[in-house]
Amino acid sequence: MVNAMVDQNAAGQSALEQATAAAWRVAATVADPELPVLTIEDLGVLRQVELDGDAVTVSITPTYSGCPALEAMAADVVTALTDAGYHDVRVKRVLTPAWTSDWMSEAGKAKLEKFGIAPPSGTAAAGRRSGPIRLSLAVKCPHCSSLNTRELAHFGSTSCKALYECRECLEPFDYFKVL
Amino acid sequence: MSGTTSTEGSALEGSELEGPELEGSELQGSLGAGVQESLRDSARSSAHVEVDKLFLDPELIEAESPAGPDAAEYALRLGDDALILAQQLGWWISRAPELEEDVALANIALDLLGHARSLLRYAGTASDRTEDDLAYLREEPEFRCVHLVEQPNGDFAHTIIRQLLVSYYLYELYSRLQASTDATLAAIAAKAVKEVDYHRDHATQWTLRLALGTDESRARTLTALADLWPYVDELFRDDPLIRRLGDAAVAPAALRTGFDAGITALFAEADLEPPTGPVARGGGRDGIHSEYLAYLLAEMQVLARQHPGATW
Repeated sequence: MVNAMVDQNAAGQSALEQATAAAWRVAATVADPELPVLTIEDLGVLRQVELDGDAVTVSITPTYSGCPALEAMAADVVTALTDAGYHDVRVKRVLTPAWTSDWMSEAGKAKLEKFGIAPPSGTAAAGRRSGPIRLSLAVKCPHCSSLNTRELAHFGSTSCKALYECRECLEPFDYFKVL
Repeated sequence: MSGTTSTEGSALEGSELEGPELEGSELQGSLGAGVQESLRDSARSSAHVEVDKLFLDPELIEAESPAGPDAAEYALRLGDDALILAQQLGWWISRAPELEEDVALANIALDLLGHARSLLRYAGTASDRTEDDLAYLREEPEFRCVHLVEQPNGDFAHTIIRQLLVSYYLYELYSRLQASTDATLAAIAAKAVKEVDYHRDHATQWTLRLALGTDESRARTLTALADLWPYVDELFRDDPLIRRLGDAAVAPAALRTGFDAGITALFAEADLEPPTGPVARGGGRDGIHSEYLAYLLAEMQVLARQHPGATW
């Protein structure tokens, strides 16, 4: 799971690997301010942690280009690592490869559903498809698990969510969109 | 490795901020980090108006290598299109016909603003200006947006038809720009295309609903189409800059086929015809704008210009 990059030139690789993994674990505790049940690791927003001497560089990627939560996450990463004793913390915003909902961990999807938000169903295809025909999988109601649901609005309370309604239990719910 | 984010070579670093006296305990803890970072940021960019300088310094972070003058000009064009359209759509917040639509247009505006920020940030690397310098401190003739995005919101049909034309164009553009030889432009495009795909779908659904809806909605849709169609041609004009950029850019003329194919299919379903008639002269890429842009800029820029350096 640890996706940390290691400086190949450094002596004592395994010690550096361990130290990098430790820094990763600290950064991975930061939660999404809008979806507090998910960490940035669950979301796939945390991309890389690099150690260079005392300096820690954390790379994060936005879910959506305009997502305002990214700045809060960056601030929280600095806070978390500083609290853990790191002195020189930098946060890097990376755009490549572009974030996709496919990166959300299975644990993250389970937590999201428990929280009352339907996790993304299916995998992303935008940019690889042309033409207006869309096939989408049914979205499961996070409350009663019915598949008899419908989209009320494609754009929801945040960039990453759509608004759905369950036709069985009649509850509205948020759906984390496939991107 | 750390060279992308550090300010090595800056006279301000090292002496005050990273000296051994700060390596001790007094700046540990969350407050310490904030102070340290904001010191670092203000040292870097004291001359700039910067809204988002809290922890990230995107100027130095995102652009791994600065844009050349041609790539910067190209990024400025695309960034200005996104910025001006985002500003227009922001007007609809609290005014859209229903709450869900209010949220949808706000979300689309937010995506576009994200694209604008990335593009302007990159454009600014060529001239040492921030995204905010470019958005707030340029005069009207320095903007490079096309006339289509400058056209007024009008009624809801006008806004939707403008969205339709722009999002079909942007989808074609970003689909191809992903393969740009310019790594930064390719990265921005790969991100943007996925979002623009949703914008295209939104505009498609509304166009069908309005064109095939009531007599009133159809009449307004036809009016909007007649008003906005003359500005389509400008989107697809090549010029010397595009030719100089080669594979770093996408030639606008090459996007016309894909655009027409998508629009023709939708229009067949919506029982619409592309209007025939005069074509607007354009000129936005050369800084010659419609009468609407200056007012829009005045509103967008007034705060930053009245309070230089303001942050929140």
